[in-house]
Amino acid sequence: MLVFILRRLVQSLIVMLTVACVSFMLFQYVGDPVTNLLGQDATQEQREALRRDLGLDAPFPVQFARFVGNAVQGEFGLSLRQGRKVSDLIAERLPATLELALVAGLIALSVGIPLGVYAALRRGKASSQLLMMLSLLGVSLPTFLIGILLILVFAVWLKWLPSFGRGDVIALGSWTTGLLTADGLRHVLLPAITLSLFQLTLIMRLVRAEMLEVLRTDYIKFARARGLSNQAVYFGHALKNTLVPVITITGLQLGQLIAFAIITETVFQWPGMGLLFIQAVQFADIPVMAAYLCLISFIFVSINLLVDLLYFAVDPRLRTQGKAH
Amino acid sequence: MSQASIPPVPAAPNALQRFFDGDVWYSFRSSPVAMGAAVIALICVFCAVFAEFVAPHNPFDLATLELMDSRLPPAWMEGGSARYLLGTDDQGRDILSALMYGARISLFVGLASVLLSMVMGVGLGLLAGFVGGKVDALIMRVCDVMLSFPSILIALLIDGVGRAMFPNAHDTLAFLVLILAISLTGWVQYARTVRGTTMVERNKEYVQAARVIGVTPLRIMRRHVLPNVLGPVLVLATIQVASAIITEATLSFLGVGVPPTSPSLGTLIRVGNDFLFSGEWWITIWPGAMLVLIALSVNLLGDWLRDALNPRLR
Repeated sequence: MLVFILRRLVQSLIVMLTVACVSFMLFQYVGDPVTNLLGQDATQEQREALRRDLGLDAPFPVQFARFVGNAVQGEFGLSLRQGRKVSDLIAERLPATLELALVAGLIALSVGIPLGVYAALRRGKASSQLLMMLSLLGVSLPTFLIGILLILVFAVWLKWLPSFGRGDVIALGSWTTGLLTADGLRHVLLPAITLSLFQLTLIMRLVRAEMLEVLRTDYIKFARARGLSNQAVYFGHALKNTLVPVITITGLQLGQLIAFAIITETVFQWPGMGLLFIQAVQFADIPVMAAYLCLISFIFVSINLLVDLLYFAVDPRLRTQGKAH
Repeated sequence: MSQASIPPVPAAPNALQRFFDGDVWYSFRSSPVAMGAAVIALICVFCAVFAEFVAPHNPFDLATLELMDSRLPPAWMEGGSARYLLGTDDQGRDILSALMYGARISLFVGLASVLLSMVMGVGLGLLAGFVGGKVDALIMRVCDVMLSFPSILIALLIDGVGRAMFPNAHDTLAFLVLILAISLTGWVQYARTVRGTTMVERNKEYVQAARVIGVTPLRIMRRHVLPNVLGPVLVLATIQVASAIITEATLSFLGVGVPPTSPSLGTLIRVGNDFLFSGEWWITIWPGAMLVLIALSVNLLGDWLRDALNPRLR
């Protein structure tokens, strides 16, 4: 078990170092930071002086080590476009994205699992067929189009919900939250639904497939033979065992949610990290891009690691295997 | 009498005839979903390729644009004009015509990036599966890292780097960067599929035989292994066309895709999005519908092809 954890840790570290290397190369070779800071018409001496001050004349490994050291402390320099510290910009935007992803994840789980169970229990009936057709459509619709449709129906035609921004937010220390005000909750609804739809269909299809699989097994037949009620069989015995893969997939999808938030945030002008990143791509703002890349990979790698470890905790078969080795 | 009793000797069937007599064509004929999807996809492709001849107006001919005709609703709504079936946008361009020209750009970018990623992926997959060892390990680790990130993120990143490297990019260059960005995220799927099949084929007798008579490894890969791994690649490519078109539309919608001078479906949606709040839904909804129509029909075709080419399902 210890070997397994250590191996996974080393793998994660390697991925992070690769990503850091890519970010560093971005900094180093795409656009000249000296020209960016001094402008086109600086003299050669000024350039050399700045180059020395910034440590750009040091050999490659030294510079890379320095970059990683700074990155670990969350230091990525100044945004080329806004002239502010990248770490401040991201810290400002992080709560918005995390809250959006959280609400979307909750929606996907709380709607996706019941629908999946329903589709499995009513297999072959018209209602469940319709549900599966709809889920296929949900996978084919691009995220941004879903957002536009929702805005058109609920914000423009029905005028029920606001369609852009976060609404009122409350500051809790350095963390701003929109989940504690009525206005903020109204604002988060449409973007969160948009973001959750893809994961929702995924979870639904997964729960259905797993549930059908489990319902065929012997212990379910045995439970029925004991004369347990349908309810006890379905929810007490079957659902419990379908949830292990669902938890894994959901965990892995949390990272996807944060990445797909880029699109949702653009559609709804949600002031999160994704919007920051898109603007950085449009204006070739390398420090912001590199910082976002490092942060997102860190989140991804930690989630992957955590899910692997959780799997270990949840599935006892894996543990005994580890002991045998 | 004697003449009629002798059946005519059938000519050796050519490739086309063999195809029409074959299983794939039969399964196509017996699947209404596949036929419907194929008809829709063909209509879309036809309109896109022959936009100059099919489209009722030329949306890029400034001389024919009239601002008087801007933001007209579709023909069947109040205030609509029969000249513009699906309405007009803010500059008085006919939306139906803009759709056809836009679909051409979307399809071009989608097909080009799928072709490029297929060549890269199949090449690297063959190499990894056939050579094995360190080469295989290296290629597969790169695949693992790429797969652990969502493709849209990687495409955005490559696009952003491209923009930073060529700040005053020419329009053609912008297209190249976009195609490269999409295909660099797509090759992983091909590589993994081809590697898997190649590792199975590598140990079969016909490959051993080719080795024994001294055929060079490169030639074995190309002439013997490649034809046998193409089935799954074909299925994958069909489905990837849909996802490439959606990726292109997403990037264009985000404002980092094709140059604004040649609007794709995604660009049209982005432009129309600004008019959503003034109630002019048709400027953005029609391109969106067209996009979904193309993606859905290609996806359905891909699903059918997977079933038709998979001998285990027959």
